[in-house]
Amino acid sequence: MAVKMHILVCGGTGCSASQSHEIVDELNKELVAHDLTDFAKVVVTGCFGFCEKGPIVKIIPDNTFYTRVRPSDAKEIIEEHIIKGRKVQRLLYVAPDTNQSVSDSKHMEFYKKQLRIALRNCGFIDPENIEEAIARDGYAALGKCLTEMTPEQVVAEIKKSGLRGRGGAGFPTGLKWEIAAKSRPGEQKYVVCNADEGDPGAFMDRSLLEGDPHSILEAMAICGYCIGADKGLIYIRAEYPLAIHRLQVAIKQAREYGLLGEDILGSGFNFDIELRYGAGAFVCGEETALIHSMEGKRGEPTFKPPFPAQSGYLGKPTNVNNVETYANIPVIINKGADWFASIGTEKSKGTKVFALAGKINNVGLIEVPMGITLREIIYEIGGGIKGGKKFKAVQTGGPSGGCLTEKHLDTPIDYDSLVAAGSMMGSGGMIVMDEDDCMVAIAKFYLGFTVDESCGKCTPCRVGNRRLLEILTKITDGKGTMEDLEALKNLSAVIKDTALCGLGQTSPNPVLSTISNFWDEYVEHVVDKKCRAGQCKALKKYYIDPAKCKGCTACARACPVSAISGTVKNPHVINQLDCIKCGTCVEKCKFGAISIQ
Amino acid sequence: MNKIKNLADLRKMKEGMQGKMSMRENSDSAEAIIQIKVGMATSGIASGAKETMSYLITELDKRQIKALVMQVGDMGYSYAEPTVEVTIPGKDPVVFGEVKIPRAKEIIEKYIMNGELIEGILPANYRSI
Repeated sequence: MAVKMHILVCGGTGCSASQSHEIVDELNKELVAHDLTDFAKVVVTGCFGFCEKGPIVKIIPDNTFYTRVRPSDAKEIIEEHIIKGRKVQRLLYVAPDTNQSVSDSKHMEFYKKQLRIALRNCGFIDPENIEEAIARDGYAALGKCLTEMTPEQVVAEIKKSGLRGRGGAGFPTGLKWEIAAKSRPGEQKYVVCNADEGDPGAFMDRSLLEGDPHSILEAMAICGYCIGADKGLIYIRAEYPLAIHRLQVAIKQAREYGLLGEDILGSGFNFDIELRYGAGAFVCGEETALIHSMEGKRGEPTFKPPFPAQSGYLGKPTNVNNVETYANIPVIINKGADWFASIGTEKSKGTKVFALAGKINNVGLIEVPMGITLREIIYEIGGGIKGGKKFKAVQTGGPSGGCLTEKHLDTPIDYDSLVAAGSMMGSGGMIVMDEDDCMVAIAKFYLGFTVDESCGKCTPCRVGNRRLLEILTKITDGKGTMEDLEALKNLSAVIKDTALCGLGQTSPNPVLSTISNFWDEYVEHVVDKKCRAGQCKALKKYYIDPAKCKGCTACARACPVSAISGTVKNPHVINQLDCIKCGTCVEKCKFGAISIQ
Repeated sequence: MNKIKNLADLRKMKEGMQGKMSMRENSDSAEAIIQIKVGMATSGIASGAKETMSYLITELDKRQIKALVMQVGDMGYSYAEPTVEVTIPGKDPVVFGEVKIPRAKEIIEKYIMNGELIEGILPANYRSI
């Protein structure tokens, strides 16, 4: 007899911690007892992402969703649901808004948390097959614009949708296009796609280009139609070989199908796209630096104004948008600005793609409507913190952003609320940290990144950030003073006010936001010479517990700097001045006598 | 292949493709075949999606199971790459995580041939437009 029913049991970290494996055992025992092993089968699955209500058990084919299941419930599930076909009411999920139990997981609000607009085709179509893209409305928006709308109407539609740039600062896209359209009419203009994704831990744009390159090409052509450009350039870093390959295939196919090139769809509109490769400098994500890099010059930013819309690539009017921004354009044209504007918050419309990384169970690429809370992202979509540890902070916006803490967990996320909380949307990297992460060390990490990536053109960024890094290093080495903390604040403020480009102006943000949210930790490092996360090596102290030490000499023999003294069968002692905190003694000790304090 | 000369051409092509694609979306039609999507973005490939995909193709061929194996972009489950989505006609798509060759074998032998679910299912957690 074929298996007719499946009982899915969540085997994610959260549910395992609350005995989901015992539930599996119990369910199997009951199946054997009722001689149902041929009829139903228990399957352990990955995390459902609904850890708050775990352990989760789902019955297929009827999609019944049971929450907070205990091993003792197994008998009832088998006897009532599997044998008699009656759902166990008390275990069903209760919707918080209506207080009604929901039996079918497809109707649960939770599974609507993620809404894929920019990523609509990602993971659905073959990215190297233009026909599949066309079947999913690919190039339909371009066709509609070219044949049924004037450029002004298209721009008006984008403006009405409320779409804002997804690359970081959140400038209204429609307005940007309008400025470019009105700038120096009749001249050669350019449409540029910024695919220079450089934030540590971010992979949204790469995934988009790898999964759905045609929607970007289509949107760039639409932009060209609006602003009067016949040439598009995609600036992509050479370290994204697969995205480059898929783009090349997509461009070739679009040309073959007549969707790029001359006289597109018989409208008389010409548009073609080329790729430009970047060498992976972070500063080239800044639009003026990006344009210089494309021109073959050194990738350094210049002062704005003039904005690229006035004088950009080769001195011509240029419109620069980020990959994800473009990915939203065809949908807005196809489904209408009103539909798009109905999603999100008052000032931030639509969805945002985030790359969820760090100490979180479900690391991945997510797309959520604006206005979702961090709590929903971390605990529901992300499946909570790894290993059941305590949440400490989430870093958004990369090196230009800041840290959000527990008190921000219930703030709806949009451009303005993130700025108000001392961070920024950025391109959408989201790195989750737990109690084992030291916030001073995190600030130091980002400053280290900025110092490496600073182009060196302006003094505040080149010298100022290096000084910031030195002060932070001093603090993590246990040599900091309270004056250093004041100096950090003052210097950060000066860099913010005086740096040339957006990257320099935002580079002290990781320092400022950790200072304002985790002042205690800074003070602890400076005054108590203590790192509560145990991350700052110089502040670690190893101690041998004389009660546990048997005097076996294993640690003393292993110590590379002979910092441990003592005689056989007598408790040993670590000389703190000589100790280099390598941790070898801890590994060698068989009695667990050495601990970090 | 002909150039698409105007919007009507594009719409015609879309309709032509739609038959093929709607099968993927609904998977109800009788003539539909098994569809297997392998997430082939950088993260998938780095965790071995290429090996999984070529194994699936050769193995299904060997067993003479008619199925369409295709590459797609990132499904978003970076914590469980390589990910493979299997749609058996008439059934909801099922996403399997961490599909290296042993699990790919299990998918073919147990899920595709017998309709038995195996471990490593990833619950879908998003909706698309």
